[in-house]
Amino acid sequence: MPTVSVRRELLFQALGRSYTDEEFDELCFEFGLELDDVTSEKDIISKEKGEGKAEGASDTVLYKIDVPANRYDLLCLEGLVRGLQVFKERINLPRYEKIIPAKGEGQKLIITEETAKVRPHAVAAVLRNITFTKERYDSFIDLQEKLHQNICRRRALVAIGTHDLDTIAGPFTFTAKAPSEIKFKPLNQSQEYTAPQMMDLYRTDSHLRHYLHLIENKPLYPVIYDSNGVVLSMPPIINGDHSKINLNTRNVFVECTGTDMTKAKIVLDTIVTMFSEYCEKPFTVEAVEVILPNGKTHIYPELAYRKEKVKPEHINKKLGISETPSSLAKLLTRMCLKSHVIGNGNNIEIEIPPTRADIIHACDIVEDAAIAYGYNNIQMTIPKTYTIANQLPLNKLTELLRLDLAAAGFTEALTFALCSQEDIADKLGTDISSTKAVHIANPKTAEFQVARTTLLPGLLKTIAANRKMPLPLKLFEISDIVVKDPSKDVGARNYRHLCAVYYNKSPGFEIIHGLLDRVMQLLEVPPSEENGYVIKATEGSAFFPGRCAEIFAKGQSVGKLGEIGTCF
Amino acid sequence: MSPSVAELLLQRLEREPPGPGGGLCSLEAAAALGLDHQTLVGAVKSLQALGEVIEAEARAATRWELSEEGAEVLRAGSPEVRLFRSLPPEGLPHSDAMKLPGAQVGFSKAMANKWLRLDKAAPGGPRVFRAVEAVQDAVQDGLRRVQEGDAAALPERERNELKRRKLLLEVTLKSYWIRKGRAFSTAVARQETDLTPEMIATGSWRQLPFKPYNFSALGLPPSCGHLHPLLKVRSQLRQIFLEMGFTEMPTDNFVESSFWNFDALFQPQQHPARDQHDTFFLQDPAEAPELPASYMAKVKKVHSQGGYGSQGYKYEWKVEEARKNLLRTHTTSASARALYHLACQEKFTPVKYFSIDRVFRNESLDATHLAEFHQVEGVVADRGLTLGHLMGTLREFFTKLGITKLRFKPAYNPYTEPSMEVFSYHEGLKKWVEVGNSGVFRPELLLPMGLPENVSVIAWGLSLERPTMIKYGINNIRELVGHRVNLQMVYDSPLCRLDT
Repeated sequence: MPTVSVRRELLFQALGRSYTDEEFDELCFEFGLELDDVTSEKDIISKEKGEGKAEGASDTVLYKIDVPANRYDLLCLEGLVRGLQVFKERINLPRYEKIIPAKGEGQKLIITEETAKVRPHAVAAVLRNITFTKERYDSFIDLQEKLHQNICRRRALVAIGTHDLDTIAGPFTFTAKAPSEIKFKPLNQSQEYTAPQMMDLYRTDSHLRHYLHLIENKPLYPVIYDSNGVVLSMPPIINGDHSKINLNTRNVFVECTGTDMTKAKIVLDTIVTMFSEYCEKPFTVEAVEVILPNGKTHIYPELAYRKEKVKPEHINKKLGISETPSSLAKLLTRMCLKSHVIGNGNNIEIEIPPTRADIIHACDIVEDAAIAYGYNNIQMTIPKTYTIANQLPLNKLTELLRLDLAAAGFTEALTFALCSQEDIADKLGTDISSTKAVHIANPKTAEFQVARTTLLPGLLKTIAANRKMPLPLKLFEISDIVVKDPSKDVGARNYRHLCAVYYNKSPGFEIIHGLLDRVMQLLEVPPSEENGYVIKATEGSAFFPGRCAEIFAKGQSVGKLGEIGTCF
Repeated sequence: MSPSVAELLLQRLEREPPGPGGGLCSLEAAAALGLDHQTLVGAVKSLQALGEVIEAEARAATRWELSEEGAEVLRAGSPEVRLFRSLPPEGLPHSDAMKLPGAQVGFSKAMANKWLRLDKAAPGGPRVFRAVEAVQDAVQDGLRRVQEGDAAALPERERNELKRRKLLLEVTLKSYWIRKGRAFSTAVARQETDLTPEMIATGSWRQLPFKPYNFSALGLPPSCGHLHPLLKVRSQLRQIFLEMGFTEMPTDNFVESSFWNFDALFQPQQHPARDQHDTFFLQDPAEAPELPASYMAKVKKVHSQGGYGSQGYKYEWKVEEARKNLLRTHTTSASARALYHLACQEKFTPVKYFSIDRVFRNESLDATHLAEFHQVEGVVADRGLTLGHLMGTLREFFTKLGITKLRFKPAYNPYTEPSMEVFSYHEGLKKWVEVGNSGVFRPELLLPMGLPENVSVIAWGLSLERPTMIKYGINNIRELVGHRVNLQMVYDSPLCRLDT
């Protein structure tokens, strides 16, 4: 869940009233946000780096607010305030307007076909006559970073570039070039670098190094030029220094490039709807013409308003409430979904604004009605669903057997299903290739290389970790192991295993043998070669020579028992 | 029958005058009676248990003794003196000198005392010479004085030096000063400890005195096996679901395809949870050999183009992504399989399902997070279920868990809408804490499976570890789950009674 950090003072100023921390926490809860922390820069620095380092840092109170992962419209102070003010009916939702400049006067972004293989999509828009302050500017930069980390999937799907339009001249060209042919002064650097030099430069950059892999091995790197050959940006890595924005910037050219067109459009809509508030004509955005390699032209931002119809009784039935159509329309309007009753009260027409890309189905509208109604105001009822309960036979048997194993004096262990290759192979004297083990592709440590194929290593490790306990130790576990099985739809399957160990200064084969006899007795398997169970001498790599037997039930091998060798 | 040690001690003590003046030292008494000191102390303890027959006061005395090495020095002289004496007047090459008796330990000491001189420039290599005519073995003298019982006369600095060289040992002796008690008597009646069949048969128990039991001591712990606390909680949760009429779903496949784990649940292919950072993907078997073809086509369509009233996510859905095998990140994949199975039935029947089993996350580990944990999940599918029904079901479920004060917060899950986090008021922490997650499954998930349009599915989930840690007061999850478990904690854990 993304966390947005806002200055309390600015937030309350924008909300037009102040709250106690408890009151604001309550408001967040109701709206589906979470006031995660009340802190300050000073607090954060002293927590991370020690108290000494925090001296002189600001002690302005910050609210850290957790925002649902699909609500891109709440990722900045501007959006949060707008959402909460509409929710509290203090303002009406603004209407975002796209201004299409007169023919020949608007900005153009031309996409060349070379981009197809590396980053095929681009959209753009212009924020005209914007007024930045320090706070607005910081929020603008923060929002881009939040979008990059979330919907943009760390810039893999979309990367954002914002530029001072007065320093560059359109039409702009989004193309892709061999890295060595790209040369410009990147943001906040004092000299020009070629693209390969930049890759080297940023290899140690704590922030930018995470994005290098997105284009590094491609033959061509994406790049945006203005009509004079000035580089705007080399997405998704870095912007040019030439066009960087500052507090005095009045006209901002916003471009989003990416591999996912839908998300690029959402990101552009989000940025311009949030910050057009500060334009001379608030909530207006100047459109940009994007010309595709095939010659087709699109106008961005989309700022599309979509109409949906939902029947009032559908909402009431889904939630278990009985509100009038007009009251439901009012609830939805409070969630930034402007609604009104149509067709003699039989239907509600809902307008989905461009900020609410998360609304993709009527069920999303139903949820918003529930939030505005207040989840905790809904009457709790017990469904009339009549069913007869059944246990899974395997689990039922496991539950019964656990109780009787404990009654036999053995203590239940609970060990990990994941372990190292060594645990299930080398340490038991077998080769990993003979285990049919399932292998994990991306383990962070050796502890998670494979799924266990036997419960034994876990029990032995449990003993090793509890050597301070009085002897003897008698442990058991009934749990699943995993092996490859091509006949299953996923190519692997679980088996339920029972494993028990006896640990003492003397071996006690007869004790573990006795437990086997007891288990067989509980399962009504008599000691008999033909119809029951027998144990027969065998050798096992994990066991002491001559001290290992194989268990046969009705002629089938079902397990082993013996004294564990000294090879561990 | 020869008199017992206690009787001998009492006889010896009888000769002492009563009052503060008279008494015996346990060390001396043991020596006088020719007994081991520990045996005598045993007798003192048993007499003390009888009441006020004797009084015994514990005393501690320290004494200096020569160590084994100290005794050797006393006999043969200190290593530095032995080295000095065996070095010929004309000196020796350094390497030869180091082979002389005492040289290994004594060389540096003799050099520090300036008894020896090392000429590094001598022809043929460094050579060692005597630097003084004669030396006094102060170490040996000191040890002799200790041996003669005169340790107290040795200056403390010297004594500590000998202790540092491990030649002297400081021994603490524990003894008792024994005096007659108020009820002193040499004829102490032996008290019986156990009632025997003979005593009952002969009736002698009527006359015999019995040693009183110490009722403030604990009894002998029974030898027994124990169930694991987490699995005790699991049993109770199964019980709760069964009481509520829920049927157990099969969950015995830790390995799952991305299709069932994500795609079937309408979780888009670029969702952060599908990142390498969060999920264990498999190298072998890397891909699921079999996916349900016609159902998969519907899933593909609803993701990429929408349908069933949905806009969809509008991206290029790839079957290669769906085939990728992983260790399931939630048991909701098993719920998806169960619901698909339900949808494949000829006629829909309402169901209530539950499961409790392991799930896996490739997360960073800390005191409350492990790479694997148990997920508890409940699912109800019926016509016309409402959000109010979900809340009512949750209220009944959590009440059985002993959690009564609930409230619900709007939340986001890719596969449920509406979604609610369940919070409960924690009396100890004096705040609301999250106890579970819940929601109504999205139509984009249910309709491609083929479930009737008017069927709603409500579901909720929670971890098994969290309520267990709260119930048993465990702060570090590693003490509860895995091989580093604290077995004593397992032995000592009480019954799992959740609603008390």
